[in-house]
Amino acid sequence: MIRRLGEHKAGICLAALGLALMGYGIYRGEAAVCFQKAINICMECIGIG
Amino acid sequence: MGKKKITNEWKRHRVQILWALLTNSYLIGFVQGKIYKGKLKNLCVPGLNCYSCPGAAGTCPIGAMQAVIGNWNFKFAFYAAGFLVFVGALMGRFVCGWLCPFGLIQDLLYKIPFPRKLRTFKGDRLLRKLKYVVLLFFVILLPMFLVDVLGQGAPYFCKLICPVGTLEGGIPLVLLNKSMHGALGWLYAWKNVLLLFTVFLSILIYRPFCKYICPLGAVYSVFNPISVFRYRIDREKCVGCGACAKVCKMQVNPAENPNHPECIRCGQCKKACPKQCIH
Repeated sequence: MIRRLGEHKAGICLAALGLALMGYGIYRGEAAVCFQKAINICMECIGIG
Repeated sequence: MGKKKITNEWKRHRVQILWALLTNSYLIGFVQGKIYKGKLKNLCVPGLNCYSCPGAAGTCPIGAMQAVIGNWNFKFAFYAAGFLVFVGALMGRFVCGWLCPFGLIQDLLYKIPFPRKLRTFKGDRLLRKLKYVVLLFFVILLPMFLVDVLGQGAPYFCKLICPVGTLEGGIPLVLLNKSMHGALGWLYAWKNVLLLFTVFLSILIYRPFCKYICPLGAVYSVFNPISVFRYRIDREKCVGCGACAKVCKMQVNPAENPNHPECIRCGQCKKACPKQCIH
């Protein structure tokens, strides 16, 4: 078990870093920007805007 | 043997279909011509799935990244980047092979019979680097620096390149909303041409969008060698028969590098190995 965890050390550390970055992004209010974009039809995405 | 192989590939397709349905479960949107506006849209989905698709229940991470980078208030998207690092570190390009709706569409298109399928061609290897250029320029640099008077940048990848938005959002929304017909112009035509070109190429070449254009695949590919879920080769058992390389539609040689950035973890090499040495 410990050996397997060692094999995955880099992946686990990066996954933890990813979670920390997400947390920081949410703290800065980025999730709200994404949400606003996602709940309105994105005219650029569909080829109109 | 042939029948067994087809059955095995459909096992993966069933997972892809299930995931595509799950992440596009707002089916009423396809009837009403509206998109989902609930709280689930706070969350990103791992695959390329336009948030303007009437059925989309989550947010496309590439769209989210451009939305934040292009916002005058922020200049880097920690939330979307963190999500990509998290998913990439756990799964790498497993997402491309199993959880991306547009990957599924390309898989199905490639099953359409055509007189001559292109396995590879001159310049194929070089063209695979294009997706990193697309990521750097269209997803990061252009939304960051090509801004309007208010300091807002457009989602240039979604606007100029992404055929997923046209297929999943543009076509159904325009068909269902007559009010949008008057707003159609050169951009809509351009995106439809790109979509048709992608569809045609997908019949000829296995997953051309994933191989050459997809910025999401570019991000996940970086994590392939170190992701928690990855392949290992039992070198003692491997006889170097080349069966794994022969079956790989992404033109990877798993015996040389089982975690090549182009590997989408479809698992065909594992099934083809006569010695079961890919784990």
